[in-house]
Amino acid sequence: MATKGIVTGIVANLVTVEADGPVSQNEICYINVDNAKLMSEVIKVIGKNVYVQVFESTRLLKAGDTVEFANHPLEVTLGPGMLSKNYDGLQNDLDKMKGVFLKRGEYTYPLDTEKLWEFTPLVTSGVTVIAGDWLGEVIENHKKLKIMVPFVFKGNYTVKEIVTKGEYNILHTIAVLTDKEGKEHPVTMIQKWSVKKAVTAYREKPRPFKLLETGVRPIDTTNPIVEGGTGFIPGPFGTGKTVLQHAIAKQANADIVIMAACGERANEVVEIFAEYPHLIDPHTGRKLYERTIIIANTSNMPVAAREASVYTAMAISEYYRAMGLKVLLMADSTSRWAQALREMSNRLEELPGPDAFPMDLSAIIANFYGRAGYVILNNGETGSTTFIGTVSPAGGNLKEPVTENTKKVARCFYALEQERADKKRYPAINVLDSYSKYLEYPEFQEYIAEHISPDWIGKVNNIKSRMVKGKEIAEQINILGDDGVPIDYHQTFWKSELIDFVILQQDAFDEIDAVTPIPRQRYMLDLIINICKIDFIFQNFNEVSTFFRKLINICKQMNYTHFESEEFNNYLKLLNEEIAGQAKKDA
Amino acid sequence: MAKAFQKVYTKITKITKATCSVKAQGITNEELAFVAGRSAQVVKIEGDEVVLQIFGGTEGIPTNAEVIFMGKAPSLKVGEQLVGRFLNAYGEPIDGRPQPEGKEVEIGGPSVNPVRREQPSELLATGIPGIDLNNTLVTGQKIPFFTDPDQPYSEVMALVALHAQSDKIILGGMGMSNDDYLYFKNTFSNAGVLDRIVSFINTTEDPSVERLLIPDMALTAAEYFAVEKHEKVLVLLSDMTNYADALAIVSNRMDQIPSKDSMPGSLYSDLAKIYEKAVQFPDGGSITIIAVTTLSGGDITHSVPDNTGYITEGQLYLRRDTDIGKVIIDPFRSLSRLKQLVIGKKTREDHPQVMNAAVRLYADAANAKTKMENGFDLTEYDERALAFAKDYSRELLAIDVSLNTTEMLDVAWKLFAKHFTIEEVNIKKELMDKYWGKN
Repeated sequence: MATKGIVTGIVANLVTVEADGPVSQNEICYINVDNAKLMSEVIKVIGKNVYVQVFESTRLLKAGDTVEFANHPLEVTLGPGMLSKNYDGLQNDLDKMKGVFLKRGEYTYPLDTEKLWEFTPLVTSGVTVIAGDWLGEVIENHKKLKIMVPFVFKGNYTVKEIVTKGEYNILHTIAVLTDKEGKEHPVTMIQKWSVKKAVTAYREKPRPFKLLETGVRPIDTTNPIVEGGTGFIPGPFGTGKTVLQHAIAKQANADIVIMAACGERANEVVEIFAEYPHLIDPHTGRKLYERTIIIANTSNMPVAAREASVYTAMAISEYYRAMGLKVLLMADSTSRWAQALREMSNRLEELPGPDAFPMDLSAIIANFYGRAGYVILNNGETGSTTFIGTVSPAGGNLKEPVTENTKKVARCFYALEQERADKKRYPAINVLDSYSKYLEYPEFQEYIAEHISPDWIGKVNNIKSRMVKGKEIAEQINILGDDGVPIDYHQTFWKSELIDFVILQQDAFDEIDAVTPIPRQRYMLDLIINICKIDFIFQNFNEVSTFFRKLINICKQMNYTHFESEEFNNYLKLLNEEIAGQAKKDA
Repeated sequence: MAKAFQKVYTKITKITKATCSVKAQGITNEELAFVAGRSAQVVKIEGDEVVLQIFGGTEGIPTNAEVIFMGKAPSLKVGEQLVGRFLNAYGEPIDGRPQPEGKEVEIGGPSVNPVRREQPSELLATGIPGIDLNNTLVTGQKIPFFTDPDQPYSEVMALVALHAQSDKIILGGMGMSNDDYLYFKNTFSNAGVLDRIVSFINTTEDPSVERLLIPDMALTAAEYFAVEKHEKVLVLLSDMTNYADALAIVSNRMDQIPSKDSMPGSLYSDLAKIYEKAVQFPDGGSITIIAVTTLSGGDITHSVPDNTGYITEGQLYLRRDTDIGKVIIDPFRSLSRLKQLVIGKKTREDHPQVMNAAVRLYADAANAKTKMENGFDLTEYDERALAFAKDYSRELLAIDVSLNTTEMLDVAWKLFAKHFTIEEVNIKKELMDKYWGKN
């Protein structure tokens, strides 16, 4: 018999329940109030007293209200029909909800039970399968999705029956599997999975090494992220975190993009709803929303569900990864999630860690980032979940617990800088503070040598050291004045400005400049490095700045034109003439 | 007198500065109550002990005080009768007129489903070019003034209220000085706009915890006009720093562990719940929030402005320009995140370019000024940039200027032509051909 309980205490969304039977940690329960059932999660148990966090407003709840325990943790329902959906943090389909305002206790089914899917079996009866193995295939939004042996299945099973190719709904039994004891298990196209548990239905999780192209130059060129990699973007407000995140989500070379809007502005989600139907995936030419799933738990939605939303998003990404797909998961912002944890820890009267965050914050963050990765599936195919989170550091100070703990686990760090944002140098990524640990991976270096060029990483390091020199000289010029340093210094400084303006700055609002494919990034990097290698001779420092301003202007125009178009080539000709003109002067 | 359905108790077990506890049965969370006649709200239930937050403070409350539970959350009667009224934090009249009647609605209601929102796209002209030119507002936006306490922010708010093209204006005053309250009241009466204004006022003389009710009251009224009447509603909230301070007092009294700057750990969620009520509905109704966040010594890294900045869609800064002796909207630090949705689309085509050119030239003037202060010689261009900056500041940025969105662009073109050459202004050629020297 299911465990029942009675509410005995309430503080904000923390409710104490006296239970009449066994309960487990993180079990879901429903509180009956006002003809509604409020979904809650067990977060602490002391004797008969069970502490639950309620995913809804607790207004007008009272001591004595009844509670039913569901005997399962928070789960997602996985199956075909999730692409281009807008979910809340608990995977309720927001479009199915009635009315303008969210109604407390209204839960909507995340999938469509009536829709028929064209199912193609991939196994025959008699074969042995384990959790995660592909039983069949359906096509959704032009993508081949796999129907798998549910992740919760343990050990070996034999396929007893599998349906023939045909149209079925998601609840139809498409296969019957027999376990070692001979017990039969019917399998449909859907399965449930507990969101806080990592899906491990793969053979191996090697170090990631394949470049994940984002089209954003200060990422791909200078600090690249890889398929199955992790990265984070901290930045004070107004430095362009969201614009950068949206740019990556739009342009990345991924099969599936999951965006978890976690405790951020509702209008930012609305922007996605408004824009995406008009945008095209640059890699497939199909509509962008066809590959996108949005998990929206905006800042005004219940706080406890904010924490759930990132896990919901992660579990969905692992589901697609197990199909052998490249998944990109973005969460904006992980700080809001950490704040939700802080609110609960505070209400539980736990002893606080730094800045009143819970003591286990670091473990929670590490565990979450650890779920991303590149995997080799049991059938030898590969899949990946790449995770990029934003962090909103309080007061813009990177020495705060969420940033510091994230820095320990994320392999790429994209530091957005107030000073660059103030100067309108967007994206405001400080290339020197930022890093990508993948640049040091031998397997990544090998991959790049093969796919871009053998000397690529050397070139990237070259422009980085030029940026360092440029910065040092800029500081000296500030102190000593323009004529207080040799003219050569000006040249070195302006070469770093050339790199900054042409490679590191990118106009996210310009259709062409916003997306730079790898061949074009390689071309531009070579072009700029070759200019930097020339020792120009100048009479005075004014000549230096005038000359480089001209070059910058021409190169920027190139960035705004189609690659290798006539216009592009004309600018290139102009650029070469300018360079030749200057070179002639010194002759 | 208590009515039949109300529960009355007299056993108070604990009294702190802001809360008291009472033994009671069947009480619901967030329920409204009266303790010795003072408004209170249930904030915690532990078995049969109920903790009440007393909005008016606990001074003089005896342990045998009568506690009446109302069985419902705090509410407001919404309807046309609200218009033109000045009410307190409980929605009771402070203008000597009768209690407005209407439909009773719980305050602090649910959030709008994000998929039912519309992307904001309608210009909200304020008539103040310092806002409309560089930091154009959009209906459904939420934006605060970040200001030091000595800036004339109440005057600017009143100006915005008078000029803004909106159907209703809801003023929420939190810890407002009595002088400012009277200033708003007189300004609105003199301008004859009381027929579109509703005010909820908590002055410095009122108990500080009462302030916590003001935003919810104001936004509940706003939702009535925006949802049911499809009106464009502008909500003015001043001052949100006082609101946050009241939150800190209550969380302190409830023994919660404070986070940064002694603010409660839930500050972000608490502020977001208010600001996210700003919304554009598909049927034309909208709620726009303009708030005031006073800073201490211009420090925007303090928890209140910092959390606010992460929630709102930009911020406006007031600054005294000593060169012209007037308060201006600072064009460098102010930002409206939603302006891209309307400028050059709902305003004249040249708006984005004119805006950028003017700010760029103003920045040249700022550099020239630094040069001058450091004792370097000024070039002829520097001199002209400085002269432009003065005109630009006086004729466009000062808060006492009133122009519509076409006039302000014309003024900008006039100033460009007066001080600069076509090359120096550097605007797209087709716009130059159309507007240069046409005034």
